[in-house]
Amino acid sequence: MVKKLKINDVIELLKDADVEALEGVTFEGDIELEIEETTGIDSLFAYTLGEETAKIGLYLLNLARSIGYPVDQIARIQAQPPTPSAPKLSKLIESKFTVGTIDEWKTPIEEVTLGATSSDGGTRGHTITLGGERALPYYFDAPMPNRNYVTIDVFDMPISMAKTVKSNYEDVMEDAGEWAKKVVNEFDADMVTIHLISTDPLIKDTPAVEASKTVEEVLQAVDVPIVIGGSGNPAKDPEVLERAAEVAEGERCLIASANLNMDYERIAAAANKYGHVVLAWTQLEINAQKELNRKLMKQCGVDRDRIVVDPTTAALGYGLDYAYTNMERIRLAGLIGDEELNFPMSSGTTNAWGAREAWMVSSPLKEDSDWGPREYRGPIWEIVTGLTLALGGNDLFMMMHPGAVKVLKEITQTLFGSIKTDETNLSNWVAEVLA
Amino acid sequence: MKVNSPLQIYKYLPQTNCGECGEATCMAFASHLLDRSKKVADCPPLLDDKYKKKYLELSELLAPEIREVIAGVGETAVKIGGDDVLYRHQLTFFNPTVLAYDVTDTMSEEELVDRVKRISGFKKFYVGSFLKLNMVAVRSTSNDPERFKRAVKKVSETTTLPLILCSFNPDVLAAGLEVSADKKPILYAATKENWQQVSELALKERTPVVLFSPGDLDELKTLAVSFREMGIEDLILDPGTYPRGEQLKTTFQNFLKIRRAGIKEGQKDIAYPLMATPITAWMVNEDPIRASYWETVLASVFTVRYGDVMIMHSIEPYALIPEVLIRETIYTDPRTPVRVDPGVYEVGNPTKDSPVIVTTNFALTYYTVESDLSSNDIDCYLATVDTDGIGVEASVAGGQLTAAKIKETFDNAGFDFKEKTSHNTVILPGLAARLQGDVEDVTGLNVKIGPPDSGRIPGWMETNWPPK
Ligand code: B12
Ligand code: SF4
Repeated sequence: MVKKLKINDVIELLKDADVEALEGVTFEGDIELEIEETTGIDSLFAYTLGEETAKIGLYLLNLARSIGYPVDQIARIQAQPPTPSAPKLSKLIESKFTVGTIDEWKTPIEEVTLGATSSDGGTRGHTITLGGERALPYYFDAPMPNRNYVTIDVFDMPISMAKTVKSNYEDVMEDAGEWAKKVVNEFDADMVTIHLISTDPLIKDTPAVEASKTVEEVLQAVDVPIVIGGSGNPAKDPEVLERAAEVAEGERCLIASANLNMDYERIAAAANKYGHVVLAWTQLEINAQKELNRKLMKQCGVDRDRIVVDPTTAALGYGLDYAYTNMERIRLAGLIGDEELNFPMSSGTTNAWGAREAWMVSSPLKEDSDWGPREYRGPIWEIVTGLTLALGGNDLFMMMHPGAVKVLKEITQTLFGSIKTDETNLSNWVAEVLA
Repeated sequence: MKVNSPLQIYKYLPQTNCGECGEATCMAFASHLLDRSKKVADCPPLLDDKYKKKYLELSELLAPEIREVIAGVGETAVKIGGDDVLYRHQLTFFNPTVLAYDVTDTMSEEELVDRVKRISGFKKFYVGSFLKLNMVAVRSTSNDPERFKRAVKKVSETTTLPLILCSFNPDVLAAGLEVSADKKPILYAATKENWQQVSELALKERTPVVLFSPGDLDELKTLAVSFREMGIEDLILDPGTYPRGEQLKTTFQNFLKIRRAGIKEGQKDIAYPLMATPITAWMVNEDPIRASYWETVLASVFTVRYGDVMIMHSIEPYALIPEVLIRETIYTDPRTPVRVDPGVYEVGNPTKDSPVIVTTNFALTYYTVESDLSSNDIDCYLATVDTDGIGVEASVAGGQLTAAKIKETFDNAGFDFKEKTSHNTVILPGLAARLQGDVEDVTGLNVKIGPPDSGRIPGWMETNWPPK
């Protein structure tokens, strides 16, 4: 609530309190005070009252406090002169807007190419280059040399997934090659990630030799660059990924992944030997990321243009704040010259599907407003998770829902500048939005 | 903020260490002023007349780089802007993006009331409280002052949420203001065409006003400088939110430019909160689902990059839920620990037959589990293990959730299963299944493994509780 009080009213109020200091004081004019009942007296006080009025106001406040008027709940007191003292303008004061660029961003992010065509000893139809930024994504300080890319997940066995995702893949889940074709031909995947999940000793314990056949299948089925993922089992992955790297020799695949609590040297050695790129994965810890990158470069001899980092993706509402800030800090550190961090970044955006809002039929909480149909909640969850990280500096997205892929590509490419459309006239949008 | 060390602030404090502010020393209070967890007025002695000059100077020094604008009155009043940094890890962002949803003056009264109720009634539980929407934007699609006035009146009778009055016609705005000025609405918008009349309205009623200059930053600054000269300082800047193509790219960069000028370069002339209008997605998308998606996408972009208040249209749950959550993501204070006190809590009124459930003290985990239980009227004991504020899966992986820690939690709380339960059983989270054997050995209790997600506990109970 706002209470309007004139200074003379305040004096009237204070009169009975027998406040000596007021005796003989008269005020010229009638200044109006607006008192809002929230908290604390703030600095606006100073701005808006002007020195003289402020003095009077403060003085009165102190008086009022001394007689028990609840001034401590008063947030702001603003003078409201009966006639505005500020000048009326007959025309606008013309001004020019200027802003500088950031000088400290001197170190570009490394450019890393994935995939190799026949001229480089591979069989891919084209290559993809990540990174090369000299500013935060889509900033005006320097053009972004390469757009964001999306690689869609393919598994070497049927796995459980959210219903909304699964409905797109039911016909191909038994066949990784067909699955790969579908994501490239129908869902516009820039790349394919083949996850050799069945190799996990707790799942099927598929031997490395057998798993590597699936990699060959995928390489034959599609000609986009590919990512090869293990099962995430730190004991088994080195062997699985080594073998897979061998059968994909020369294709410049992204090997996912090397991390600190596994034998990352074996992964790095395999990537070096067979001509691949290493995905350096850490869990939301900038120093761990530096350590791993340093070890890959110094201890394992991986070239700078063969490292992509995955600092971990947490879903919207389930740790995205950590993931976003971690990526943004890594990118900013890279741009200002931390050469252990200036690498392109990759995100396991599919983690978004772990959030209950993405897959649950309805809220488990009675008090929540209705959650609406989950078919629409899931994809937008994946989009917003990815988009937030795109703004933090992420280059490559590992995704699953075709609708989410489409929208994420559209917004990142719009901000990148490659989508042209008709112009929109906003001058009367208030009345023109029809909805 | 013009200071960067507590020492600079200390100079302005009474330096008596009287403790009235709740801090042991003035220096401690100074560091709270620096991280903005306390306000100058929290030091009562400083309000004394003899410190008046210092009070005013310090207030000026501590004022946020981006002006803070208040709209609305009472409990639902909103603070807009007030940021001091460009990236959240540098401190934190203040005053979460204010989300406004539209109604129009050409809606039927019934439609209007229904929509306003949905906007003000929306809530989504998250980490111990409900996320809500903040404002109603009343758009004049009729361009008729009388009609607008009626709509504004109806809206303010229906909700206590603050309003944004939207029209480029000053007569329409004036009519709306007539019936809502005491609620301190935001005026949308002053432009280079109508600025004279709109500035008069803003001056007269002392309401915040949005300056709108689509795609033209010189003009936007011209308006800001002129309004300030006229004594109007509760300004919000709308550089136009173009919904697609290269214009959208430019829009994004305009937001960056204005905020950089305000915070990094200290250009006071342009250091005002920013408004984005993702609602323009509806101008270029016919299909409502596609429009709603695109609107949410724009809302996310401008929540991450510097939108302080936004006008939106879709109130579909699949738009609202991600919108309130991305706002939480960006505005969660990275400095506050996200954990709750360990212990054995009662949910509802547990009896000897009620289940005993184990979880971790990561705030997100605890509140999710607790609300899943209480909202489904499950009476139980909830044992919250001190895992250093780490969630279930990560703490099992990292070794903070162990059988010994679980035992310790019950021991410390003096929780005796023989006395408190008839079943001698604990339920572990599905994601902690691998601890089952250990927990049985260490505690001698029966251990049951629940579902991976606590949202499924009610269904799981139907077949698994009481234990056979
Ligand atoms: C955020 C995160 C982190 C953050 C943790 C922040 C925090 N305060 O917890 C940080 C960065 C610290 C982190 C670190 C690590 N992490 Co981590 N992390 C995650 C991530 C991305 C999200 C986890 C999360 O917050 N979930 C949300 C909360 C609410 O879930 P929750 O606590 O499990 O609670 C739910 C259920 O368990 C259930 N529930 C809870 N209580 C109860 C009780 C009962 C009775 C029942 C029935 C159900 C139930 O309902 C809840 C709501 O759904 C996950 C990946 C993912 N899932 O997306 C990886 C993940 C959990 N991390 C993992 C790992 C390996 C680690 C590290 C060991 C990595 C490392 N090598 O350093 C460290 C360990 C750190 C430590 N313990 O000290 C792995 C775990 C693998 C495994 N299954 O063993 C995961 C799955 C990532 C992965 N795919 O490898 N991590
Ligand atoms: S109330 Fe003011 S004077 Fe007293 S200790 Fe706190 S800061 Fe110092």
